[in-house]
Amino acid sequence: MIPAGFEYHRPADIASALSLLQTHGDEARVIAGGHSLIPMMKLRMADLSHLIDLQDIDGLKGITIAEDIVSIGAMTTQNELITNDELSRRIPILREAALLIADPQVRYVGTVGGNVANGDPGNDMPGLMQCLGAVYTLEGPDGSRAVAARDFYEAAYFTAREDEEILTQITIPVPSMSGYAYEKQKRKIGDYATAAAAVMVGGGNASVAMTNLSDTPIYSAEASDALAKGDVDGCVAAALDAIDPQEDMRGPIAFKKHVAEVILRRAIAKAQERAA
Amino acid sequence: MSKMHVKLNVNGQEVEGLAEPRTLLIHFLRENLNITGPHIGCETSHCGACTVDLNGKSVKSCTVFVAQANGSDVTTVEGLTNDDGSLGVIQEMFREHHGLQCGFCTPGMITRAHRLLQENPNPTEEEVRFGMAGNLCRCTGYQNIVKAILASADMMNAQKEAAE
Ligand SMILES: Cc1cc2nc3c(=O)[nH]c(=O)nc-3n(C[C@H](O)[C@H](O)[C@H](O)COP(=O)(O)OP(=O)(O)OC[C@H]3O[C@@H](n4cnc5c(N)ncnc54)[C@H](O)[C@@H]3O)c2cc1C
Ligand code: FES
Ligand code: FES
Repeated sequence: MIPAGFEYHRPADIASALSLLQTHGDEARVIAGGHSLIPMMKLRMADLSHLIDLQDIDGLKGITIAEDIVSIGAMTTQNELITNDELSRRIPILREAALLIADPQVRYVGTVGGNVANGDPGNDMPGLMQCLGAVYTLEGPDGSRAVAARDFYEAAYFTAREDEEILTQITIPVPSMSGYAYEKQKRKIGDYATAAAAVMVGGGNASVAMTNLSDTPIYSAEASDALAKGDVDGCVAAALDAIDPQEDMRGPIAFKKHVAEVILRRAIAKAQERAA
Repeated sequence: MSKMHVKLNVNGQEVEGLAEPRTLLIHFLRENLNITGPHIGCETSHCGACTVDLNGKSVKSCTVFVAQANGSDVTTVEGLTNDDGSLGVIQEMFREHHGLQCGFCTPGMITRAHRLLQENPNPTEEEVRFGMAGNLCRCTGYQNIVKAILASADMMNAQKEAAE
């Protein structure tokens, strides 16, 4: 399983990376941890002739924790997220979800930026970021812009990011809701979700998003509103209405809907218990 | 595609070579450097047989381009022996506790266990199982692998205490 050849670039700053992207157009791709991209390249499903490695760009690294907002550099690894105690104290659902991603080896190199930029419906971070109301910063040749996670995903592997843009940072408001849970059903360790749910609740507010049950992550305002009022059945009904699972090796549609409900109810119960 | 000049520090030795950027680290280690400890089990990022230590992290070397690793420190199972060439603690404990049968997964297991114990010198059984979840074994049923790693932790802590 050897990918097709490419030219390798390792720029030292964002400006150089952006200029490489502009020069090579859609022949170029950035690589972060490579743990989604390299498997696709081995299968010859990702077609590129210039690979731009972001590992040396210090401006994409690091976690900044302020009073009510947290900024995570795109190149922060999942392991760095898990081992940052202050971050886990402020936004514990991040660690809970990250620990359910893949396995230790993958988490050492897989980045948060790569996970949210990838656009694979199986990725866990996008639904989580929608639940948290996170905002992504995109930098391109014309400067930077902010796109809400809830507006970012268009279809499988299609996002609001333009080819010549780099996702540089993820900004998350520290949640006021004290109840949280990320629940995931998977066939084995290291597998993507059959169904997963991110739930936050507390103080008359709630937020609900689901993973791998549609060709994008699904944040549901109706489900969130119902849960905010304490209406669990209404929340579950609205969420199940919003998803659109497809039959694949993880099971037929009816099974996926069933698992979605089980997982969502578990996440709600856990979040409510923690909020109490 | 033209080849690039690759420089690594492998098991404490500076090594150099020419390789296409698309060469996977596992192939560079095995084919260019003749370091055949890390194995290729699946080549699809699932089994962990190819695990090496890259700049202090356990990584699956079948999912890293040599171009990305250029300039890095790499430790493989060969680098975990004692200075006199005898088996290192984790290797010895795998032998003593029958932590292997066919041995195919073992280099990856031991290299991963090395990093796990560096980060957490006193793991519980549950922490060992969670920390080893990226390494598959088709023979042992894992029981003796977990035993060997817990015994390694005890042995390493005893050695540290004795040295103090
Ligand atoms: C065995 C295995 C199991 C896994 N299980 C899970 C799982 O359960 N849940 C889960 O969520 N993930 C899982 N993953 C995927 C893993 O988390 C990836 O690491 C992650 O999806 C992508 O992060 P990366 O840094 O490796 O990105 P890469 O693979 O480097 O990049 C992925 C894509 O995003 C683009 N990209 C990366 N960074 C940026 C950026 N800053 N700006 C713009 N575009 C960018 C790349 O061009 C590429 O198209 C698994 C992977 C493996 C190998
Ligand atoms: S050979 Fe690398 S994970 Fe299996
Ligand atoms: S000992 Fe045979 S695969 Fe582990």
